Amino acid sequence: MSDKLVISGLSKTFSSERGTTVALNDFNLTVGHNEFVALVGTSGCGKSTLLSIAAGLESHDEGRITIDGEDIISPGLDRGVVFQSYTLLPWLNTLQNVEFALLAAGKSKAEARDIAQSHLELVGLQGFENAFPSELSGGMKQRVAIARALSYRPKMLLMDEPFGALDALTRHHMQELLTGIWEKHRLTVLFITHDVEEAVYLSDRVAVMTNRPGRIKTIVPITLSRPRHYDMVSTPEFQHLQRKVLDAIRSESLAAASLQSALA
Amino acid sequence: MPQQNKRIGTNRRFALGGKISTAEYLGISASVFAVLAIIWFLTTYFGLVRPLFLPSPAKVISRLAELWASGQLFADLGISIYRITFGFLVSTVIALPIGILIGSYRGWEAAIEPFVDFIRYMPVVAFVPLTILWSGTGDAQKLLIIFIGTFFQQVLLVMDNVKSVPKDFLNLGRTLQMPELRILQRIVLPSALPAIWDSMRISLGWAWTWLVVAELVAATSGLGYRITTAQRFFQTDLIFGYLLILGMLGLTTDQAMKYAGRKLFRYLNVR
Repeated sequence: MSDKLVISGLSKTFSSERGTTVALNDFNLTVGHNEFVALVGTSGCGKSTLLSIAAGLESHDEGRITIDGEDIISPGLDRGVVFQSYTLLPWLNTLQNVEFALLAAGKSKAEARDIAQSHLELVGLQGFENAFPSELSGGMKQRVAIARALSYRPKMLLMDEPFGALDALTRHHMQELLTGIWEKHRLTVLFITHDVEEAVYLSDRVAVMTNRPGRIKTIVPITLSRPRHYDMVSTPEFQHLQRKVLDAIRSESLAAASLQSALA
Repeated sequence: MPQQNKRIGTNRRFALGGKISTAEYLGISASVFAVLAIIWFLTTYFGLVRPLFLPSPAKVISRLAELWASGQLFADLGISIYRITFGFLVSTVIALPIGILIGSYRGWEAAIEPFVDFIRYMPVVAFVPLTILWSGTGDAQKLLIIFIGTFFQQVLLVMDNVKSVPKDFLNLGRTLQMPELRILQRIVLPSALPAIWDSMRISLGWAWTWLVVAELVAATSGLGYRITTAQRFFQTDLIFGYLLILGMLGLTTDQAMKYAGRKLFRYLNVR
C-alpha cells in the first residue's frame, strides 16, 4: 500500500494573551492509499487541530504534512472535508447543496446535476432532492454533507467527528452507510472521533492520541474481516480490539486526572 | 403526575417556549386593542378626563375625517412618507456595504467600528440645531436627521449579522478552493440575509421616530409639523388622530416586512 497522507514531526502551538498552548508535538502518522484510519483521543487532545491542519485551514509550526508527496499549505479540492456541524447552506435544497461544491470545482451545470443526483442516491437520499436543510433530520443533513464531499472526487476524505451530534440509533445507521460506501468505492479516509466502538467498527487502523500536547500513543490494527456488519460488535474479537483502544485512552485520561489532582 | 401535565397544557399560552395558533395570536392582540379602545371610550363618555387632555374617540375620528376630506391629511402623510422612504433608502444603501465590509474584515472593522460607535452615542436630537444650520429647514434637513439616526445603528447591526455567519460555512468555501470574494458573495451574504432583513425592519421603526422629531422642531409640512401646530391651537383631537395614524403606519409596515421576510426566507422554516 502506497502512502497517501504523511505527517512527520508535526507540531502546533497556539498563543494568546493567556499564554501558549502546545496542541501538537512531534506528531507522526501515515495514512495509506485507500486506507481508513480513525484518530481517537480524549477531548482537547488536539485531534481536531490536526484535522484542520490536514484540511489546510490551519497552519503548523514544525514538521511536514504531505498528500501524495506534496506539502499541504492551503485548503484544496484534493481533500474533501466533512465537519461536525452540518454546514449545509440553508437557502439551497439538497441537490443544490451538492451542486454548489461541483460548480465550485469547475463542473458544468449539466455535469454537476448528474453527479449530484448520483451521489444523493449513493447516500440513499433519492426523492429528497428538493428538500431544504430545515426539513432534514441531523442524519440526513450529514448524508448530504458526505455526498457533497465525495462528489468532486477528492484524493481523500477528512471527517471531523461527523456523527458526534447524532443520536445513537442514527449514528449506527450512518456508520453502516459509510462502511458500505467505503467498501464498495474505496477511498483514503482520516476519521476523527472520540467514540471507540465507532473507530473500531469503521477502520483499518485506529490511532490513539496522547493528552495535550498531542502525539500518537499507539496504533491498533483492526483485523476484523470485511464487509463489516453491525453484528460484529458483539464478537469477542471486536470486544478485544475495543478493549485495547479503550485501555490506551484510559491510561491517558487517568494520567490527566492525576495531573489535575496533583496541581490542585 | 397527571395533574401537573394538565396544568402545563392549559398554560401553554403563557409557558416559556409555549405554542400558540395564528388565530389565537391574532385574537389576543386584537382583544388588547379593543379593551384599550373601550377604556378610552368609557373614560371620555363619563367625562372622567377633560376633553382638552383626552378627546373622545368620536371627536378624533371626525377630526381625521375632516382633514381627509380637505386633503390635508393626505398631503401631510404624503410628504412624511416621501421623507422617510428617501431617508431610509439612502441610509440603507450606504449602511449595507459598510456593514458587510466591517463584518467581514477585521482591518476595516478596526478602522470604522469605533468611529461609528462614537457617533452612535451622540443623541440624534442634539444634531437638530446643527443640521438646520447646515441645510435649513427643508427636506434636506429631515433626510439628514433620519440618516444620522438610522445609518450608524444600521452599520453596527449589519456588521453583527455578517459576523454571526458560522465559521464552518467560511471553512466550507475554503475547502472548495473558492476565492475570498466569491465566499463573500456566495456564502456569507446569502447566509446573513435573513438577519439583515430583520435589522432593516427594526431600524425602519427608529427612522419613523427621527422623522417625526425632525418635523416637530422645524418644518412647514408633514405629520410632525401638523402635530406641533395642533398643540398651539389646543387641537388635542388632531394630535391623538395623528399619533394613531403613526402607530398604524408603523404596525402595518412592520407586519408587512415580517410577512415578506417569511416569504423570502421560506427555506428557513419549511416544516
